Amino acid sequence: MERYVHVSFGRAMHPALSPTNIFAPVSTPAQSIFDLSLFVLIVTGAIFVVVFSLLAYVVVKFRKRAASDEHEPPQVYGSTQVELAWTVIPTLIVVVLFLAAARVIASIQNASRPSNALEVTVIGHQFWWEYRYPSLKVVTANELHIPVNDPAHPAPTFLTLLSADTDHSFWVPRLAGKTDLIPNHPNSMWVDPHQTGLYLGQCAQYCGTQHALMLLRVYVDSRQDFERWTQEQSRPAHIGATVSEGKRIFEGTACVNCHTIAGTPATGTFGPDLTHLMSRQTIAAGASKNTLGNLIAWIYNPAVIKPGCKMPSMGLSTQQAAEVAEYLATLR
Amino acid sequence: MSARSMAMPEADIQWTLPARGPVAMYCLIAAEAAIFTIFVVAYIFYLGKSLTGPQPQDVLRVPIFFTICLLSSSLTIHLAVKSLRSGKLHVFSLWWLLTIALGAVFLAGTAREWGRLIYGERLTIQTNLFGTTYYSLVGLHAFHVTVGLLALATVAIFTLLGYVRQEHAERAEVLSMYWHFVDVVWVVVFTVVYIVGR
Amino acid sequence: MSTESIALGRLTTAPATSLVERLHEWVTTVDHKRLGILYILYALLFLLIGGVEATIMRIQLIRPLNNFVSPEVFNRMFTMHGTTMIFFVIMPVMFGFANYLIPLMIGARDMAFPRVNAFSFWLMAFGGLLLYFSFIGGDGLYGAGNAPDVGWFAYAPLTSQTFSRGHSTDFWTLSLLVSGFGSIGTAINIIATVLCMRCKGMTLGKMPLLAWLNLTMAGLVILAVSPLTAAQLMLVVDRYLGGHFFDTQAGGSAVMWMHFFWVFGHPEVYVLVIPAFAFASEIIPVFSRKAIFGYPVMVAATVCIGFISMSVWAHHMFTVGMSSAANTFFVLSTMAIAVPTGIKIFNWLATMWGGKIDFKVPMLFCTAFLFQFLIAGLTGIMQGAAPFDWQLTASYFVIAHFHYVIVGGILFTLFGAFYYWFPKMSGRMYNETLGKLHFWLFIIGFHLTFDFMHIPGILGMPRRIYTYEPGRGWDIWNLIITVGVFFQAAGVLVFIGNLLWSYRRGKVAGSDPWDAWTLEWSTFSPPPTYNFADIPEVRSRRPLWDLKHPEDPDWQYE
Repeated sequence: MERYVHVSFGRAMHPALSPTNIFAPVSTPAQSIFDLSLFVLIVTGAIFVVVFSLLAYVVVKFRKRAASDEHEPPQVYGSTQVELAWTVIPTLIVVVLFLAAARVIASIQNASRPSNALEVTVIGHQFWWEYRYPSLKVVTANELHIPVNDPAHPAPTFLTLLSADTDHSFWVPRLAGKTDLIPNHPNSMWVDPHQTGLYLGQCAQYCGTQHALMLLRVYVDSRQDFERWTQEQSRPAHIGATVSEGKRIFEGTACVNCHTIAGTPATGTFGPDLTHLMSRQTIAAGASKNTLGNLIAWIYNPAVIKPGCKMPSMGLSTQQAAEVAEYLATLR
Repeated sequence: MSARSMAMPEADIQWTLPARGPVAMYCLIAAEAAIFTIFVVAYIFYLGKSLTGPQPQDVLRVPIFFTICLLSSSLTIHLAVKSLRSGKLHVFSLWWLLTIALGAVFLAGTAREWGRLIYGERLTIQTNLFGTTYYSLVGLHAFHVTVGLLALATVAIFTLLGYVRQEHAERAEVLSMYWHFVDVVWVVVFTVVYIVGR
Repeated sequence: MSTESIALGRLTTAPATSLVERLHEWVTTVDHKRLGILYILYALLFLLIGGVEATIMRIQLIRPLNNFVSPEVFNRMFTMHGTTMIFFVIMPVMFGFANYLIPLMIGARDMAFPRVNAFSFWLMAFGGLLLYFSFIGGDGLYGAGNAPDVGWFAYAPLTSQTFSRGHSTDFWTLSLLVSGFGSIGTAINIIATVLCMRCKGMTLGKMPLLAWLNLTMAGLVILAVSPLTAAQLMLVVDRYLGGHFFDTQAGGSAVMWMHFFWVFGHPEVYVLVIPAFAFASEIIPVFSRKAIFGYPVMVAATVCIGFISMSVWAHHMFTVGMSSAANTFFVLSTMAIAVPTGIKIFNWLATMWGGKIDFKVPMLFCTAFLFQFLIAGLTGIMQGAAPFDWQLTASYFVIAHFHYVIVGGILFTLFGAFYYWFPKMSGRMYNETLGKLHFWLFIIGFHLTFDFMHIPGILGMPRRIYTYEPGRGWDIWNLIITVGVFFQAAGVLVFIGNLLWSYRRGKVAGSDPWDAWTLEWSTFSPPPTYNFADIPEVRSRRPLWDLKHPEDPDWQYE
């Protein structure tokens, strides 16, 4: 019965309804939550139907009839049996719900970490995401790539969640429930998506002015695609030959204080790593598509796209901004 | 219970309710206890977590003498209220003034301790987690002692001017409840900071 | 008799002639009835202001990537809206009704400490003004106008000097510290009044449920507001004395702020809702023409709710990374509190059962409360199941849930209470037709906004975002939600118009327009300063029922 409900519910709540629908799970934590939520919804739904019907009945049946009817109805002060009944039954319901929830808490939080799990460190910043793959020597930003999980050879991804400044929260609804990134308080979560694709989410703990545009993009790749991606990411910067002017401006301005481009003098870590900027589909943590025009606009004045973000306008002319953008556009 | 009172509609039921002064003071004590609890929890949670700077065992010296002073002041204020209730105004004012003196000695001791810690041991509220939580907790307590002393001093002035009489005993008792509370808090703070925390 | 009652009722000392003299009377009053009205009017003013803040947010969110306000302004709006509604609307209005009604209902002449009462009111009032002064008085990086923008729960380390420069956060901290002291003062007053000033014969088991519930609420205020005071003092130490309570760089804990805040924050919502239960417990019996069903159980359930509410706080923190054991404990305590709460709903239902229900405006609002509070409680249970909460928390689902409680539950009973006691406070009846218009406009708006608000939460929309992308499936729901706001605004305007008009032109009410049973209906409308000519003596929970039904008095059955 439950599986039938799940399938039809899943189809009714087709991801096309929303790419961030919590009722369209593709990974075990989100699935366990979904199964629990169905149970909870059925129980609370039943309670609702019963009590609502009683209320509706009372409201209709015991209306004052005649306007001139002045006799008071029989006064009933209480009933011990009735009170016992509606204490004991809810207590039992509550115990059942508690046990169901406790089971899922344990299965998600106390899941063992297999030795072949992929480890990713996520560091939350105002207002972007830093991703480090310690075993693969990859550092990137804002677009997370993880391999799809094959149930025959399970290899989940374990995320360690840290913060460089204030509180954030990692929420990609189709993959898992949200877990917070709190400075000085490392957290851990895991996902094992069984379907490739792009999964969206965003920061879910108010972290300042641009909390709303701290978006999450998780690419679940096939094994080969993921391997190819990690190889590209671990190479040093691939710089075009004709962009020396843009590179000169970039390295001569304070850009290098915040950004890293591997293999160049730029080694700042306050802002996202730009070594493979063009391998990303968006910029500014998902706020804009990664096109040359948007890059120029962003470099010229980030506050137009993301007012209140931490990247200042460096006072470049439009010409200079275009040249820097052309340089960055070669960083595949 | 109502069946009995039904018998005679004009029955003269004994009707005494608690006095509002003590009830209000108990409520205030409960609220203050909740505030102190939070500061104590913060202190305990941060024990051993300071990244740098002096640790409690390095710099704290157990203030036995000043603690005895403060706790004795609970006894003296109790005796003061008892005397006032019996109408012995002169004795009352002596015990009352002694209470104030003992409280003032305690405060002086705290001030001296802080002077030693700040200038000698270089421990300030900014130094580390221990400094922040120590000065906040002990300081909050010292603030309550100060407020208490001001209230006691006000009563002392009224007494010396001759306005305080035997019928004011209950009000003095309410104030003494506050003073006892301040002492109990010190017992807790003393135990947490100087015994358990070192 | 009635003209005399109005003349007597509006006469305090010598008739004040000039406006200055009348204002002076009100500003220096220590009369619980006047202070109650001051609290209530103050709260109404801030209700309108908080409503404007909500409307601004909803207009900004009516469509994706909208440009109605900047992110800075939006972030100040949700901070101020939450802080205002909780601390300067609901708490004051509940204190106001408690102040007005408790002495009247227990047969006393005033509260236990009238001067502390006045002091508490002015502390709270000053706190509100201080908070709003931030719009013009703060200085900081954003330029003119610097209201706090850290959210109403002000998580660390966002509130540290590093991330909140200028004084906006300090306005939040200080205004709540000041009004917090006022709240504690009022709570002490309520407890002392209820325990020490009941009239002869009114044992604790015979006092109106409103007195019991406000007693419980006051106990919660004392235990809950103090932790907030402590945490805010710690924040001030961090921001101005270089302390490290919440300084994560020095080893401090951001999670500790969350614990301290929610130790306050959860009992706080029971502080808000328990007086709403009190209104329902007085209004539903009168309009069903039956005694409340299960009085002792109602008392026990409320006290249980009070105790359990102090143990559920970390259900606001299911996602911060507590151990599975801790999360499981808080699931248990959260589920447990559903039992006494459900018992109350069943008892109200049983009160109506077999009654002769008259759907005057107060009863309309209280009936809607029952339906809506049921739903609110159920969405609460859903979130009590922690893994489900890992998806639902910090999303529009939880915003829908708590507005269902606060608007659908608390505000509805509050409207009911306004209409029920307006005749007592003003001596005049409100207009029944306008009242019904208010009800229907408001309930339509309420459901348009808050029913549909659950959906974006389920579809992944987090809270506190000033805009959102198209293509998430959120657009249509946000539009409907915003439309509902205008119905609610219309309802509230009708309500205020009704109060103003009826105050001048309403039908004279007399002392007991509802044929009710508690002591406040035995005196004039409005009551004279001294409340009762003779302090009453009671023998049951419904003294006026005993007087009206001498052949069948309550004390034979209690």
